[in-house]
Amino acid sequence: MPEITCREALNQALHEEMERDETVFVLGEDVGLYEGSFKVTKGLLAKFGDKRVIDTPISEAGIVGMACGAAMTGLRPIVELMTINFSIVALDQIMNHAAVARYMFGGQVAVPLTIRTPGGAGHQLGAQHSHSLEALFLHCPGLRVIVPSVPADAKGLLKSAIRSQDPVMFIEHEGLYAVKGEVPAGEYTIPLGRADIKREGRDLTLVTLSRMVYVCLEAAEELAKEGIEVEVLDLRALNPLDMKAVLDSVRKTRRAVTVEESWLTGGWGGEIAARIMEEAFDDLDAPVLRVGGADVPMPYNKALEKAAIPDAAQVAARVRELF
Amino acid sequence: MDGKSDPLMLGTPELLSMYRDMVRIREFEEACPQLYSQGKIGGFLHLYSGQEAVGVGVAHAIHPDDYLISAYREHGLAIAKKVPVQAVMAELFGKATGVSRGKGGSMHMFDAERRFMGGYGIVGGHLPLAVGLGYSILYRGGDEVVVCLFGDGATNQGVFHEAMNMAALYRVPVVFICENNMYGIGTSVARASAVEELYKKSCAYETPGLRVDGMDVLAVYQAVHQAVQKARNGEGPTYIEARTYRYRGHSISDPGTYRSEQEKKIWKDRDPIPALAAYLLREEHTSQKELTAIDEEERKIIQEAIAFAEESPDPDPEELWTDVYAP
Ligand SMILES: Cc1ncc(C[n+]2csc(CCOP(=O)(O)OP(=O)(O)O)c2C)c(N)n1
Repeated sequence: MPEITCREALNQALHEEMERDETVFVLGEDVGLYEGSFKVTKGLLAKFGDKRVIDTPISEAGIVGMACGAAMTGLRPIVELMTINFSIVALDQIMNHAAVARYMFGGQVAVPLTIRTPGGAGHQLGAQHSHSLEALFLHCPGLRVIVPSVPADAKGLLKSAIRSQDPVMFIEHEGLYAVKGEVPAGEYTIPLGRADIKREGRDLTLVTLSRMVYVCLEAAEELAKEGIEVEVLDLRALNPLDMKAVLDSVRKTRRAVTVEESWLTGGWGGEIAARIMEEAFDDLDAPVLRVGGADVPMPYNKALEKAAIPDAAQVAARVRELF
Repeated sequence: MDGKSDPLMLGTPELLSMYRDMVRIREFEEACPQLYSQGKIGGFLHLYSGQEAVGVGVAHAIHPDDYLISAYREHGLAIAKKVPVQAVMAELFGKATGVSRGKGGSMHMFDAERRFMGGYGIVGGHLPLAVGLGYSILYRGGDEVVVCLFGDGATNQGVFHEAMNMAALYRVPVVFICENNMYGIGTSVARASAVEELYKKSCAYETPGLRVDGMDVLAVYQAVHQAVQKARNGEGPTYIEARTYRYRGHSISDPGTYRSEQEKKIWKDRDPIPALAAYLLREEHTSQKELTAIDEEERKIIQEAIAFAEESPDPDPEELWTDVYAP
């Protein structure tokens, strides 16, 4: 299988879906001529023209609202929001319009809209450009929330997101665009809402996603040296949530720790922990613990920023508490 | 009045101080790319070179206790507002001695003492804040004004219109200044705004909109000065479009290839610093020798600022947890 970056994998998905279905179009700030601030939309304008690749003004609410309207009338827009923090500018359109239309209008209209947006910290961009907001979108019924970690998943999941009838928040991690991985040649999709075991283990399940998958894998290596065999479960999506995969894994390992980059308070880890306790309490040998980011706005200083995001040592330490 | 005066009633010391401020900003900004490539500065870095006449014209047209608020391309504006250049540099280094104590970085500088009310990374996000600063002045019965700077791209945000409407409605003493450098990242104004004459954008709010040459510090000074007077007299907001140009890419990671060499040359030929120098020499406010001495002094000041930033300590690790809730 060829090895490509996440950036290339996403780009392939966009090219393929636009070729396959002419109702698919892309809009966002600097996605055309500039080819995207992370170059994910490379080559699209040249191939598909400016009717299908629209450079928009810096108007997030307008962009998402326009896409929502287009989606309600049969098109399949893919919005790129330059950074997840800017999705907050469009939050009204996302949560009060796109997410609710189908339900609120009695199922008469669907919103097949994909919003791609990079998130995450690690580049010293400070508190207005660094946050991980997947829990915010998870909280809102009606939205799908997809959070891939490896190139193959990114491609297969993006294709499914574009084909989905629901509005999808497709959250990419800025720190993963250049990460390489094997991607199957030819057409394939990955269903939304199916978790993936990135490392098998028998002693404990780390439930995680996005860049934290790599942090967890690193922690797992550490722990293996001490004889603790950790399973790393990559959720890949928070909605639909693959609770079955989580429970299957936890029933096998009997212990779980959730690991998220976002703020721990009100984060998705709490949701998963609660559900494990509700549904598999008798299978647990220990309480479910959580690891998450510091509950502070992201600082600029490099050392402080690093301290605000979970690392492998922190994950390993939390795991050891359960043995 | 000291020395010669010009039609704007600015004396020689003021004019030379404008020159000095522009040189300081240029020297500061042009020192940054190297420090960035050495890894001393992180994050995004949006440089102001080319736009100095706007920031300096604005800062000289207001009082020290007037407020200035801006977007993320703000190092130059902070310096023009007399924020110590060491503290600006130290912030870029993320040091404890930085204006935002190392927590803000390039895009989020703030100096309460000098009423530099911040750089903000969300395009357009700070415009309503300016309205609030202005409302607070009215509320407390003060006579200060607020100048709010933003880019051309920000005028396409919903909050631009909300802020314009509320500013006019409440007659707040705010001067809105759009630094039209013709691009929002790689997208030109013509491709992003249905109305290219950006100064017309306030007409829906019956707020006077005017255009000024943003490469001419005296023209900026004059326009802002008048608008500030009006605001101080209770005549409400004004909206000014200053046409200018950024010499570098949008940020350090942008080579700026979407702009032609020819276009860049047209603007660089109108560089505001030599333009003011030529004016000062022609009107016999100064000598070349004196200007060269200023250039050298400013270069030294920047080198000292870099050394200061270099030697300053990082924030204490405990700082991760400070200032998020008030004690
Ligand atoms: C709400 C929001 N959307 C998008 C961005 C990404 N972004 C940063 S700067 C910029 C261009 C802004 O252009 P302009 O307002 O003209 O200011 P300039 O950079 O030219 O000074 C964009 C799109 C952002 N920071 N905030």
